[in-house]
Amino acid sequence: MNTRLRLSTLSPLQHIIKRSYATTPTITTTNNNINISPDAPTKKMNLFTAINNAMDIALETDPKAVIFGEDVGFGGVFRCTTGLRDKHGANRVFNTPLCEQGIAGLAVGYTAAGGTAIAEIQFADYIFPAFDQIVNEAAKYRYRSGNQFACAGLTIRAPYGAVGHGAHYHSQSPENYFVHTPGLKVVIPSTPIQAKGLLLASIRDPNPVIFFEPKWLYRSAVEEVPIDDYMIPLGKARIVREGSDVTVVGYGAQMLVLENACNLAEQKLGISCELIDLCSLLPWDVEAVEASVRKTGRLVISHEAQKTSGFASEIATTIQERCFLSLQAPIQRVCGLDTPFPLIFEKFYVPDHLKNFEAIKQVVHY
Amino acid sequence: MHRYISVRVLSSSTLSRPSSILSSLRPSSCSPSSFLCKRSYTTNTPPKVDLQEEYVATPIFAKQEVAMPTYRVMSSDGKILPGAVDPNLDREEVEKIYKMMVTVNTMDNIMYDVQRQGRVSFYMTSFGEEATHLGSAAALKMDDIMFGQYREVGALMYRGFSIDDIMNQCTSNQYDYGKGRQMPVHYGSKKHNFQTISSPLATQLPQAVGAAYYQKIMKLNACTIVYFGEGAASEGDFHAGLNFAATLEAPTIFFCRNNKWAISTPSHEQYRGDGIAARGVAYGIPTIRVDGNDIWAVYNATKKAREIATSEKPSPVLIEAMTYRVGHHSTSDDSTRYRPTDEVEHWRANHNPISRLRLYMEDKGWWKPEMDAPLIAEVRQHVRSALKTAEAQLKPALVHLFTDVYDTIPQHLEQQKAELEIHLKKYPN
Repeated sequence: MNTRLRLSTLSPLQHIIKRSYATTPTITTTNNNINISPDAPTKKMNLFTAINNAMDIALETDPKAVIFGEDVGFGGVFRCTTGLRDKHGANRVFNTPLCEQGIAGLAVGYTAAGGTAIAEIQFADYIFPAFDQIVNEAAKYRYRSGNQFACAGLTIRAPYGAVGHGAHYHSQSPENYFVHTPGLKVVIPSTPIQAKGLLLASIRDPNPVIFFEPKWLYRSAVEEVPIDDYMIPLGKARIVREGSDVTVVGYGAQMLVLENACNLAEQKLGISCELIDLCSLLPWDVEAVEASVRKTGRLVISHEAQKTSGFASEIATTIQERCFLSLQAPIQRVCGLDTPFPLIFEKFYVPDHLKNFEAIKQVVHY
Repeated sequence: MHRYISVRVLSSSTLSRPSSILSSLRPSSCSPSSFLCKRSYTTNTPPKVDLQEEYVATPIFAKQEVAMPTYRVMSSDGKILPGAVDPNLDREEVEKIYKMMVTVNTMDNIMYDVQRQGRVSFYMTSFGEEATHLGSAAALKMDDIMFGQYREVGALMYRGFSIDDIMNQCTSNQYDYGKGRQMPVHYGSKKHNFQTISSPLATQLPQAVGAAYYQKIMKLNACTIVYFGEGAASEGDFHAGLNFAATLEAPTIFFCRNNKWAISTPSHEQYRGDGIAARGVAYGIPTIRVDGNDIWAVYNATKKAREIATSEKPSPVLIEAMTYRVGHHSTSDDSTRYRPTDEVEHWRANHNPISRLRLYMEDKGWWKPEMDAPLIAEVRQHVRSALKTAEAQLKPALVHLFTDVYDTIPQHLEQQKAELEIHLKKYPN
């Protein structure tokens, strides 16, 4: 392939894809799912600061809430827990040994006894040892006990997604393994404002929630975040921009990519895209997506996770079940390739704005 | 030249004499190749450096040569051993315990046959392990949370879970607290502070640590006990549980029923170290091995463990109760296929925890052998009638297929429920 030659002429670090938040259009303008006054005081926060703020408020307002995981004590490898141990005490914000199944099991038991646990898994790539505790235990705790017990206060947070150089084990998007588990909720924010509200809602939701944080955006996403205590309802999608020609659906860091693609489609082809941020994957806002597709007749779904059996397949199947006759074209999925997440080939692996632009063009010109 | 492990047993003088335990670990009983370093563990001060660092010029590969001793209070014929402490419970309590052990045993006998007749789908008996259930449960308080594996029904019954409750769960009727969702013997009861059993093994260990940690920071002055078998102790969750309990200083009592068999796998194929007890020491956890068929040893050890766990400086404790699984693993198992019947008979006849307690009671003049038959007959009557009643009850309402997946039924599940209702209208049978 020509690309091999191309790569070899690049300087060694050039393959590390840099996304500049400063030069990409903001996606923070549409926070229509927050019930907070536009005059409410705000503070400039990036994603990890907003998450930190949410957890601070959670511990402030709930005396039974604790935070634990590997390295959370000093602030965490992504600084999400900075300052919390000093503020709330070492018995409420503490390190655990290096053992994900232990972290998850601890959280299950702590919440079964009546507490609120915010458990951190250092990278979503390492959540698999905890899979048994999450899927077989946390998710089924209420059901199997006949509602005598529940992991109501359980939230597991994990950074997920491409970061430019993360490769197999620092870039994964494992959300779909958990979406397939009844009893869990799965939430993925796309901006600091969304993250704070969704995380507070997740912590307070009386069900076990897996909260995946787009690590790419921890530092690069910055906006004026309301400092008050606010929540964004789970299970509801956010319409980022309205449009008439095609519905484009995504979540997490992919929203930036999709916004780029939509802008390109508008500039080059005059296509009006309706862009939807799912926010929650389980349960997901079927009605919002369906209503949009009934309007546009076309659907493009995009996520970093692998194509086969990825979350896009769930959306595509459900939408064609519900509004088959509204569709003007086959539903497009623009996803990560069916390979382990590669290092040097990351740029080709990810569903970038160009692949999405092509998909949008394809459905509109079908 | 060799040094010895100095194991300071955390015991009050009322319980046992440390010197008798240490003596078995003096240099004379250690082989020259065993490398042991001097250490002590108390719960008073966490050492900055866990062990004394010593440097040696010859490479010595450590291997434990002497098994941790087994704590025992009664001889096989129910007599208190010299140096041991009789817990001296009052007659009423001892009778309650004895009757409960007989109840468990009798009920198990009936329910095993009931499963064979097809009246319940599955059952697990606890033959031979009744002392592990009752001895531990009697030493705890109702505020102490219990997590089980699946072979601890006596502990649950001691707390008040009735024969009716058991029959309801086993027949999956509408009165099952679990709403008929799980296989028989997967009991759980909020009322009795007993977390619902799940089939995956050892998952309950780190969970118990979480619950214990909650008790600690909420200052509830209680502890959590978690039961598991020696087979389950091979799971990664065992390691997670003990290590977390130790580092988080959680008031957890880890109670291992080492009954020598994990379905068809004997303990020699399960581990090569000194049982489960040796592992507790490795995690920095005060550990005791007890004779699991000696109810007073189990009782005393659990009582002391509770004191240690709920002390000013909370600490987990590991108890390894040596016992024997007299019955099959479950009704899906036929253990004659993998172990000799004379081995089973040996344990049933010579190490019977129920008869041991009975002999103790007879010594005290609290029981006569002829009182057994009427007791057993009464229990059989009770179990049979409770089963019949439970079988006649309605099953849980169909809506409970859909409830409790979440706190409320989500839309997609409401839709599936509606679809099922339509389907059932078409096919009512």
